[in-house]
Amino acid sequence: MSNVPADLKYTKSHEWVRTLVDGTLEIGITDHAQHALGDMVFIEVPEAGRAVRAGEACAVVESVKAASDVYAPVTGEVTAGNAALAAEPETVNAQPYGAGWLLRLKPASGALAAAELLSAADYQKVLEAEGG
Amino acid sequence: MAFIPHTSADVAAMLAAIGVKDIEELFAEIPPSLRVRSLPGIPEALNEMQIGRLMTERARADGTALSFIGAGAYEHHIPAAVWAIATRGEFYSAYTPYQAEASQGTLQLIYEFQTMIARLTGMEVANASMYDGASATAEAALMAVRAHRKSKSARILVPTTLHPHYRRVAVAAASNQGLKFAELPYCTEEGIIPVASLAKYAGEDITAIVIAQPNFFGRLEDVDALTDWAHAHGMLVIAVVNPTALALLKAPGEWGTRGADIAVGEGQPLGVPLSSGGPYFGFMATRLEYVRQMPGRIVGRTLDAAGREGFTLTLQAREQHIRRAKATSNICTNQGLAVTAATIYLSLMGPQGLARTAAASHARTRELIAGLTRVPGVRLAFTGPCFHEAVLQLDRPVAPVLKALGSRGIQGGLDLGGYYPELGNALLVCATETKSSADLERYRVSLSEAVQAARAA
Repeated sequence: MSNVPADLKYTKSHEWVRTLVDGTLEIGITDHAQHALGDMVFIEVPEAGRAVRAGEACAVVESVKAASDVYAPVTGEVTAGNAALAAEPETVNAQPYGAGWLLRLKPASGALAAAELLSAADYQKVLEAEGG
Repeated sequence: MAFIPHTSADVAAMLAAIGVKDIEELFAEIPPSLRVRSLPGIPEALNEMQIGRLMTERARADGTALSFIGAGAYEHHIPAAVWAIATRGEFYSAYTPYQAEASQGTLQLIYEFQTMIARLTGMEVANASMYDGASATAEAALMAVRAHRKSKSARILVPTTLHPHYRRVAVAAASNQGLKFAELPYCTEEGIIPVASLAKYAGEDITAIVIAQPNFFGRLEDVDALTDWAHAHGMLVIAVVNPTALALLKAPGEWGTRGADIAVGEGQPLGVPLSSGGPYFGFMATRLEYVRQMPGRIVGRTLDAAGREGFTLTLQAREQHIRRAKATSNICTNQGLAVTAATIYLSLMGPQGLARTAAASHARTRELIAGLTRVPGVRLAFTGPCFHEAVLQLDRPVAPVLKALGSRGIQGGLDLGGYYPELGNALLVCATETKSSADLERYRVSLSEAVQAARAA
C-alpha cells in the first residue's frame, strides 16, 4: 500500500503538491510513482525562472526501467529545481515527499484555484482504480 | 529465390486473426495520391550473372585513376587483414542485433570502438557511431541545444570553413527543429576563422560554436583561442575533427583551458574504402555530464549475476523505444560494419601506426604543394600550416585543367568554384601516405602540361 500523506494535493499523473508558507508550491512524484518506476538513476529538474503551464512536462525522472516526464500541476514560474538530486537521484526513492522534491514554483495569479488537484482521498481512489 | 518466409497460408491465417480481408486493406489509411504504383525509370531486374557483368564493365570504365581528391573522403592504405576479419560471418551484419546482449562479441567490439574514439578525441564518453560526419555534426548541434540549458536561443555559429556539405546537412536536419545557424566568414589570406571576428557576438545568447580541425581548406584553426573565447561567452564548443589527424594534433578534449564539449567527425579514413561516397560512419564523443543528451547507442561493460565480465547496451532510457517522440534522436542503429572495420584498423595500426600515417600524409601533401606551386600560374591560396590538404589558385579556369588531368589518369582535386566563388579558380588538393614521390612528380608534370595546353588553346 502506497503512502499518501493527507496534507498534500495530488494529480492523476502521480505528482504531489505542497503549499509552502510563502505561497510557493513544492512538487514531487508520489510514493506510488517512485515505486512503480524503480531505482532512480538520473533526475533532470528545470532551471529557476522557467515559465511552465499546467500539464507541461517540466522534469524528467529516469530509473533503471524508464525515463518519464513529470508534469507541472499548476501554471507558474519555477523558483528552484532540486539541484541535490543530480548527485543523489536515489533520494526520490527514499524520501519522495521530503528531500526528494523536484521543483518549486510560484503559481500564476489564480492558477492554483484553476488547477485540477486531487485530495489525498481522491488520489487514493485513483490508485485503487489502477489496481495499486 | 524469395526471402520472405511466410507461405500464402501463413499470410491468410494472420489476416484472418486480425480480421482483415487482404494486405492492401492495411494500407487503406494512406491517401491514394501518396501511393507510388509504378517506378518509371527503374529498369527490369537483372540476375546475379548479369549484374556481375554490368558492374565489372562499370568498374572498368571508371578505371583506377591516381586520386588527389580529399574534401571529406580520404584514400588511405587499408591493411588486408581489416576486411578479411570484418567480413567474417560473426561480424558481417550492419545492425546492432535486436537481442543485443546475445551477441557479446559485437557488443565488445563496439565497446572497444567507443574507447578508441574517446581516447582519440580526449573526451570522456563516445557512442556506438552515427551515420556519417555530416549527420553527426547536425546531431551535435541538436545535442548542444539540449545540453546547454541556460541558452534559450538555439543559435549555432558555423564557420564557412566547415565542409559545405556538412553545413547543408546541418541546416536541413536541424532548422525545422528550431535551430538557427549563423555563418562565420574566414580570413581570405589565411583561410581560417579569425578569433577577432567573433567579437560581434559577445553578449548575445549563442548556444554553441562549431570548429572544424583541420578545416575544409586543410588549414589548422586556432582552436585554443576559439574554444576559450566561446566558453568565456557562454557557448558550448562542437569540434568537427579528422580522426587520422588526431594522432598528431591536440585532441578536442584538450582545446583551450576547458576542452571542447562535443567532438564529432567522419570515420571513413579509418579503414573504410572510397566507394562512390559510402557507406561511411560518423563518430561522436562528449563530456560525461552530457551523456544523457547524446544520441545513439552506448555499450557499457558490466558484471553478470555470476560476477563475470559482460557487455550491455546502457543508458537506453534516452532512446526511442523507451522515450518515443522525446528520445534524444531517431538513430536506433549504427554503421556497424564500417565501425567493425575501423576498430580492426585502429587496433592493427596502433597509436604509432596512426601517427605515422598522419605524418606521412602531411609530408606528402607538403611535397605535393611544393611541386605544384613550381608550375607557372599556380599559387597557394592561403598562408599557414595545413594537415593533408591545401587550396591552390590557378590563373585559368579549373574545370578544363581537371578534364585534361583526367585524360592523363589523374583526378586532380576538387574544383571549389561552386562552393567558394570568391576564391576564383580554386582547387582543393590532397595527398595521403598512398602517394609516392613518383606519383607527385607525375601530377606536377601533368599539371604543367595541362596548364600549357590551356594557355595555347
